[in-house]
Amino acid sequence: MGEVETAPKPGTDVPPKKDKLQTKRKKLRRYWEEETVPTTDGASPGPPCNKKNRERSPQRPKNAHILKKSRISKKPQVPKKPREWKNPESQRSLSGAQDPFPGPAPVPVEVVQKFCRIDKSRKLPRSKAKTRSRLEVAEAEEEETSIKAARSELLLAEEPGFLEGEDGEDTAKICQADIVEAVDIASAAKHFDLNLRQFGPYRLNYSRTGRHLAFGGRRGHVAALDWVTKKLMCEINVMEAVRDIRFLHSEALLAVAQNRWLHIYDNQGIELHCIRRCDRVTQLEFLPFHFLLATASETGFLTYLDVSVGKIVAALNARAGRLDVMSQNPYNAVIHLGHSNGTVSLWSPAMKEPLAKILCHRGGVRAVAVDSTGTYMATSGLDHQLKIFDLRGTYQPLSTRTLPHGAGHLAFSQRGLLVAGMGDVVNIWAGQGKASPPSLEQPYLTHRLSGPVHGLQFCPFEDVLGVGHSGGITSMLVPGAGEPNFDGLESNPYRSRKQRQEWEVKALLEKVPAELICLDPRALAEVDVISLEQGKKERIERLGYDPEAKAPFQPKPKQKGRSSTASLVKRKRKVMDEEHRDKVRQSLQQQQQQQHKEAKAKSTGARPSALDRFVR
Amino acid sequence: MTANRLAESLLALSQQEELVDLPKDYLLSGSEDEGDNDGEREHQKLLEAISSLDGKNRRKLAERSEASLKVSEFNVSSEGSGEKLVLADLLEPVKTSSSLATVKKQLNRVKSKKTVELPLNKEEIERIHREVAFNKTAKVLSKWDPVVLKNRQAEQLVFPLEKEEPAIAPIEHVLSGWKARTPLEQEIFNLLHKNKQPVADPLLTPVEKASLQAMSLEEAKMRRAELQRARALQSYYEAKARREKKIKSKKYHKVVKKGKAKKALKEFEQLRKVNPAAALEELEKIEKARMMERMSLKHQNSGKWAKSKAIMAKYDLEARQAMQEQLAKNKELTQKLQVASESEEEEGGTEEVEELLVPDVVNEVQMNADGPNPWMLRSCTSDTKEAATQEDPEQLPEPEAHEVSESEGEERPVAEEEILLREFEERRSLRKRSELSQDAEPAGSQETKDSSSQEVLSELRVLSQKLKENDQSRKQKASSKGTIPQVQREEPATEEEEPLLLQRPERVQTLEELEELGKEECFQNKELPRPVLEGQQSERTPNNRPGAPKEKKKKEQMIDLQNLLTTQSPSVKSLAVPTIEELEDEEERNQRQMIKEAFAGDDVIRDFLKEKREAVEASKPKDVDLTLPGWGEWGGVGLKPSAKKRRRFLIKAPEGPPRKDKNLPNVIINEKRNIHTAAHQVRVLPYPFTHHWQFERTIQTPIGSTWNTQRAFQKLTTPKVVTKPGHIINPIKAEDVGYRSSSRSDLSVIQRNPKRITTRHKKQLKKSSVD
Repeated sequence: MGEVETAPKPGTDVPPKKDKLQTKRKKLRRYWEEETVPTTDGASPGPPCNKKNRERSPQRPKNAHILKKSRISKKPQVPKKPREWKNPESQRSLSGAQDPFPGPAPVPVEVVQKFCRIDKSRKLPRSKAKTRSRLEVAEAEEEETSIKAARSELLLAEEPGFLEGEDGEDTAKICQADIVEAVDIASAAKHFDLNLRQFGPYRLNYSRTGRHLAFGGRRGHVAALDWVTKKLMCEINVMEAVRDIRFLHSEALLAVAQNRWLHIYDNQGIELHCIRRCDRVTQLEFLPFHFLLATASETGFLTYLDVSVGKIVAALNARAGRLDVMSQNPYNAVIHLGHSNGTVSLWSPAMKEPLAKILCHRGGVRAVAVDSTGTYMATSGLDHQLKIFDLRGTYQPLSTRTLPHGAGHLAFSQRGLLVAGMGDVVNIWAGQGKASPPSLEQPYLTHRLSGPVHGLQFCPFEDVLGVGHSGGITSMLVPGAGEPNFDGLESNPYRSRKQRQEWEVKALLEKVPAELICLDPRALAEVDVISLEQGKKERIERLGYDPEAKAPFQPKPKQKGRSSTASLVKRKRKVMDEEHRDKVRQSLQQQQQQQHKEAKAKSTGARPSALDRFVR
Repeated sequence: MTANRLAESLLALSQQEELVDLPKDYLLSGSEDEGDNDGEREHQKLLEAISSLDGKNRRKLAERSEASLKVSEFNVSSEGSGEKLVLADLLEPVKTSSSLATVKKQLNRVKSKKTVELPLNKEEIERIHREVAFNKTAKVLSKWDPVVLKNRQAEQLVFPLEKEEPAIAPIEHVLSGWKARTPLEQEIFNLLHKNKQPVADPLLTPVEKASLQAMSLEEAKMRRAELQRARALQSYYEAKARREKKIKSKKYHKVVKKGKAKKALKEFEQLRKVNPAAALEELEKIEKARMMERMSLKHQNSGKWAKSKAIMAKYDLEARQAMQEQLAKNKELTQKLQVASESEEEEGGTEEVEELLVPDVVNEVQMNADGPNPWMLRSCTSDTKEAATQEDPEQLPEPEAHEVSESEGEERPVAEEEILLREFEERRSLRKRSELSQDAEPAGSQETKDSSSQEVLSELRVLSQKLKENDQSRKQKASSKGTIPQVQREEPATEEEEPLLLQRPERVQTLEELEELGKEECFQNKELPRPVLEGQQSERTPNNRPGAPKEKKKKEQMIDLQNLLTTQSPSVKSLAVPTIEELEDEEERNQRQMIKEAFAGDDVIRDFLKEKREAVEASKPKDVDLTLPGWGEWGGVGLKPSAKKRRRFLIKAPEGPPRKDKNLPNVIINEKRNIHTAAHQVRVLPYPFTHHWQFERTIQTPIGSTWNTQRAFQKLTTPKVVTKPGHIINPIKAEDVGYRSSSRSDLSVIQRNPKRITTRHKKQLKKSSVD
């Protein structure tokens, strides 16, 4: 699905090295091994009492005991288990020097924990030895892979930028000009303004690699460019109102929501498709892993178009009137729609109804954004409030702020910065780190534009925020916005055409089916319990008995006349009764627990009064 | 019949014995005819009794075949007695002769030989053969079980099977496979050659080789002599040890043991001075021994020996002593070691008395309970405690107070001398303190001054109490500044009112303190979970906080929807306020919009709740009504089946699991099953798993390259079986896995020629056939 903590990859896509050693099989003699034991004087069977020789062969360290499980060191600096050698002598090097840090480098636990995915909180029922061995293998594999992933995090050399005010200074007071002055030339070049007053407010979109920018003006102006080098790819006027614009999986394809229909252009500006089934589209979203283009229309339909095969996967009627607020959850590819009755609904192409509906605002919802980890959702409504919701099952607001004029546009950056466009002002809030919600106490940065904001997006892998407004496009610098390390095989800003083609093929091969979109993307790693139970039931019906049921107790025959029928029956009875008693005991316990819980709930729900003692 | 025959043979045997016995009887007592007759009668009786042992209890009548006298000289009759004649009896002469012995032997042999049984029929023989062959084969094959298991569990099998090569080649291997190619390399090698350094085979320089082989004859001889000497010495030593071990004198052993202990102690002392780390290790060893002793029942008078001694102990002095000794040993072993720290030792150098006292006091606090008699101890150490607490009152304020209050009652018996002594101590300590520590707290110094003066002890205690109280109140003020000012105000008053009731106020104080602490914790707990909702409230009302806790204590389980949406959130102070054209009527507009929103909001909430209710209703399982109108009663238009019937035929749907959004009023979560996703999920548990949780654990780790590093991905996706192209895969051989080849050839023989086994394992076969 989305970005499920993928393993870090080195920044460049260097092909894996072929570093297999050309080992020679010839058995070699070492210098400490005597080729011919001098048998001239058979008196000394032991090693010769040669001091020099003894000194030359350093003893193996005594504390080289082997730790089996502890691959992860608690402290990062403690050296770990020394590498094991098949041949104890091979540890010695030619020079006689020993490796001061033997074995692989230690890995901090927290980093490893991040990559562990087996949910160990659940206690498993007792299992057979065979099953247990399988489980152990699985756990060992997990540990190994997570350690490898954690170790390769070392290769993520880049660090995120930041902005820090001098003591007491508000970072929000720092204006763009100051930042531009302070940063290096290359970064300063990333701040620019495009004055395009002629063709109305602009919507804009960055490609997934963050290298290309496409923007479309309300009055039909569509352009795409490599914004870093400022090389224009195409510029056309579609002679129709442009509602939204979006890159498809690569920068070569461009979807434009025009007044009537949805059009697709290539990077030359040539119209490739006109999709008439998506009409009066107001908003576009592209789900990169599913190759789905989600369109929200004025008619109230949410349509999923599979761009790899050109078919409409699902057209869902939201039954909530005109849809013009949409965003995607990058974590699980669920589409969030904002409605005029203050609710936000979550959609997947597999379901005709929304997966969840959240009442967020008293007025209509004006903008929705979801952060890259899929944990937080920011909404702004007509009631001038900006709220951040927790999406991990509770859907409760974490923080709320009233804005002077309500935010019309919201966007999250890769590292969790939140931007809100209010009129002609852009406010940016920052959190503590990547996985923390932005704190709405103090804005991190503010910027005033020459016109009201119409489109907002943070550029991926860059500390740049693109703002489309009525006066054109503004690219502003926001330190700490973008992810500093990119995955060279996944989205490489510097990729060549050939690389892009290769990536395209791979991505198409790994395309995730549209049906798999659901709230919990890890649902695929679960067993379909209902079908399992059903299958079991059917099997029992077919066979006429339960093959997995515990065999009824059969008393063992005993000797010396104690195996009479009566005693057998008695013994059977005994076991049965014992089982029954166990059951009763369990149920009693459960009841008690429930009562206890209820009592607790009651006691916490209302304060006990002195008169409660008379209540029966 | 068989029983009969058996009895008869028994008879015959006994007869025989009698025949043998008879002559002797004659010889011994020829005149005693009567006795003999009696004997015969008895014998007859016995025989009868034996014969009557026959199960049916049928008395067998004597067979009458011929009318004859009982005793005759010319023929042999077996009548009357019911005895049968045995061939051996006839053959046996009165005197055993050598010539007949052989015949008898032969006869015996003939008798012992059983009749040859009928051979089993063919099927049965074959079955037995099969069984034996199976057992044998199974046994042979069971050798392979571990191999098979290992191969099954192996992550990867590479065919053809080969022995593993060491994975990492040492540097020498790499180097030896490498040759100089570039001119630079060649030049370097030339240089190395010139200096006689090893090049291709970097093993030994010629010098090294020479030095290795250079061991002269003399040296070798010397070494040999040395070795011989060592061996001789060892043998002497061994002999001595053996001899000593054999000595039975207890006294001797005791002396030896004592000597050893002394030596060990001395060594330990030395070690401590020389190498403290090693000494510590030694100590640890002792501690470990102590632990072992504590764990074990050794030396606890619970063993067999001790029990036997316990019985004797009452009378036997030695036994008593032995038992006591054992107990003492146990005590000694389990006693905790008192390790005096370095600083204490230094003190001990200057003041021996203190050195003696200090550890006692230190231990007193911990070991009160497990000392031999805590009551006795306390009275005699109370003064020492005092001293100790005076030494460092600011370090141990709490225990001091307790001890003081406790020791109050036992103040009397303390003699005047002791008081004097204490004074002395105090002075000394004071002096020392002033010398050593300049930075002592003023309160502490004041206290010590007080104590040094010649006041009564009780007064001193009062003072110290006061001091402590002051301290505590100060602490309280610090801890609960803003939270509970009222309680705080009251407290000092109570303190001042009753300074003489020493224990009471203290206790009250502590209780109050506890309560306050608890309250504070409450505050924190209440505040933490809902910082968002309560944050602004608490900000606005910092003053009336003491009143707040009661309100806050009510914990709302349900989150109120109204509250959720209508709470006033703080507005953002933005530097840049968006410019809006019509600034004049902004306020008006604001008002209007507020009103509009308020009305709209109510609607929104109600609509949402209604929608949620509908969704909940829709998702509930429906009851099934199976009533048939008109069945058993009148039916028709306007007639309804009776309530009883309806109740009877209504199948109530089981209540489903609680909804996920039960406690979330602002959320509707769709609980319908996503069949499209379910189609991709696993629906059958694979073999070894019995519960889906188990299986889920094995599939939770993703194996794709998106989530893993390249190496991990390759490892996770390695094929289970790899075959090398172009290689012949031979079946596994015994040598491959370390077995001798014989077992396999054995097996092959069995398979090829199953008939041979019959001859080979005839014995076994027979055994099994008998069984």
